[in-house]
Amino acid sequence: MSFPWANEYKPTNPFMKWMDEKLPLPRFVYNSVGAGYPVPRNLNYFWNFGILALVCLTLQIVTGIVLAMHYAANATVAFDSVEHIMRDVNWGWMLRYAHANGASAFFVVIYIHIFRGFYYGSYKAPREMVWLLGVTIFLLMMATAFMGYVLPWGQMSFWGAKVITGLFSAIPLVGEPLQQWLLGGFAPDNAALNRFFSLHYLLPFVIVGVVVLHIWALHIPGSSNPTGVEVKSESDTVPFYPYYIAKDGWAVGAFAFLYCVMLFFFPNTLGHPDNYIPANPMSTPAHIVPEWYFWPFYAILRAFTADFFFIPAKLMGVLAMFAAILVWFFLPWLDRSPVRSSAYRPLYKKFIWILLLDVLVLGYCGGAPAQEPFVMISQLASIYYFAHWLIILPIVSAIERPDPLPYSITQAVLGGEDVPAMANSTAPVPTHG
Amino acid sequence: MIRIISILVGLFFTVALVWSFGNGALIAITEPSPETAEHEFHRHPKEVHFASDGAFGRFDRQQLQRGFQVYKEVCSACHSLQHVAFRDLAALGYSEAEIKAIAAGFQVPGVDPNTGEAALRPGMATDYFPKPFANDIAARAANNNAVPPDLSLITKARHEGPAYVYSLLTGYHDQPAELLKKFPEAETPAGLYYNPYFPNLNLAMAPPLTSEGQVSYSDGTKATVEQMAKDVSAFLIWTAEPTLEKRKQTGWPVLGFLLFATVLGYMSYKNIWADKKKV
Repeated sequence: MSFPWANEYKPTNPFMKWMDEKLPLPRFVYNSVGAGYPVPRNLNYFWNFGILALVCLTLQIVTGIVLAMHYAANATVAFDSVEHIMRDVNWGWMLRYAHANGASAFFVVIYIHIFRGFYYGSYKAPREMVWLLGVTIFLLMMATAFMGYVLPWGQMSFWGAKVITGLFSAIPLVGEPLQQWLLGGFAPDNAALNRFFSLHYLLPFVIVGVVVLHIWALHIPGSSNPTGVEVKSESDTVPFYPYYIAKDGWAVGAFAFLYCVMLFFFPNTLGHPDNYIPANPMSTPAHIVPEWYFWPFYAILRAFTADFFFIPAKLMGVLAMFAAILVWFFLPWLDRSPVRSSAYRPLYKKFIWILLLDVLVLGYCGGAPAQEPFVMISQLASIYYFAHWLIILPIVSAIERPDPLPYSITQAVLGGEDVPAMANSTAPVPTHG
Repeated sequence: MIRIISILVGLFFTVALVWSFGNGALIAITEPSPETAEHEFHRHPKEVHFASDGAFGRFDRQQLQRGFQVYKEVCSACHSLQHVAFRDLAALGYSEAEIKAIAAGFQVPGVDPNTGEAALRPGMATDYFPKPFANDIAARAANNNAVPPDLSLITKARHEGPAYVYSLLTGYHDQPAELLKKFPEAETPAGLYYNPYFPNLNLAMAPPLTSEGQVSYSDGTKATVEQMAKDVSAFLIWTAEPTLEKRKQTGWPVLGFLLFATVLGYMSYKNIWADKKKV
């Protein structure tokens, strides 16, 4: 589970010795996030976002539990109970803004974390399981965030719930009954609000469980690194404590600073004004849009405007929207390049940056009203999105000639100096399979 | 094998998208979407500044009191303020006695202590502002089939809320001649009023602030229409978020602490890594 040169836990304090015999929890911590866990020495700041995601998850759970003490999940009073939190609960406004902006912060962090995975090929062997669990966490996060947004029971809550559960009605034959079963009625109402609250409280703990598996699976091969070259010797690594604890520590501080700028000075900027209007089934908002973190996928959903042979446009949109994320599950097998890091993949590197731009364009269009030119732009951007993963990636990974890789992490960091045995040697350019 | 399947799936989605794109392009060329009066004549809110704007924003309590007066004397005839209690007015600088007097000036729903029947009683500090209409049907009946929205959260419930409220209150005028020339069918229907700041240009609310001095300010401020509109907008910023000032005031020390902690964290990071970068 670790490298042979990892420091061994040697308790000196009698109590810790006793503890180590009965329940080796300190040993576990030492080997997981302490001096007993060697980590590649060359991780850049992209590698801080895993910890930041954990910080966000904790923040959401803590603020969420306290908010749940004051919130009432009943369609007649839910909106008022949120205003009660904002006005009458001590520091309630801060809790609620922290939770609402915490969701946004969580998605910012997770999107950077995911992009890190794309760029540096973190999904490749031997870390496929880490990746699969990560995509699972992302799906759970989306479900949790969606249901959380319904809870204030404002106009966007209601109509968002209606639109998203309406997606299930696109499924042939069972769609309509399935939607009614999910909502517990013909439209979102008290039954839906109650079950969404229940699940919104449950899912974060499911996420915690999958996060444990995610980190467990990660700790078997250890972290990847910006070169994508696996750890070869002790000089390639530093102990997690104190090196990465210190680096993560200040990154958490910087993150908290930016997050608090949003929380205290722009708390409603990322929200939608319509959600300060109580839910009204009789009045449809002019533009129904989800929260910003769903915009790229919402753009893909809306890009399918014409029936395709016997498949209705709506069903195509739903299939595509889910496929847009589910395709990530297949990345370890779609990308056949033996080189992990895009830094050494001159051709794929261009495409991955285009993909980032493409997703930003999709995001912009997803937040814009469903009018031209936004629909046509999202169609073009969606074409690239699917072509990127399903056509370009498999082909490029087969034909690309990667740049030569450094022999080791140490060589990459030090540029060959002080590494007597391996100076001037480079790893053979791997042939593609 | 997986690559072949992947490329086929990829082609499936891309071809379907090209098909959608082609259809959309065809429609865009053959039936371009018609221009609408709303699209052409709807105006972005005016630029207006409030004391509570910005990272150091504070409420101007004199202005909030004036705005409250406008709400009480004008808006409250039709608009509720259901999330605000009389006791909350202490934040505007009113004394306990003043709040009791203000509350007593409103009749709130209560129960007759002798018969148990529904009755009205004078408000108390703990009561919330009473609703002007018994229910939505009564509100519609009295307002040309429109329900006057609750104003507690109005400045958060509209894009650029405070500027929107100010612009709407000061934005009434006759329909421009070029609008009627271009869109003759868009003439303001009877009982509605033209206002370019309202999304569909015609709203059921008659201009509420019409003449200078409609409200007599006790602090000597000249009650022009602009002044009243601005004051009531400021008041509605407060009703939408009474904790706004506290939020901004809390933010600065929090950021100061985090900056300090982050700098310390950065320095210890540099210190701890000092021997590692070059080994």
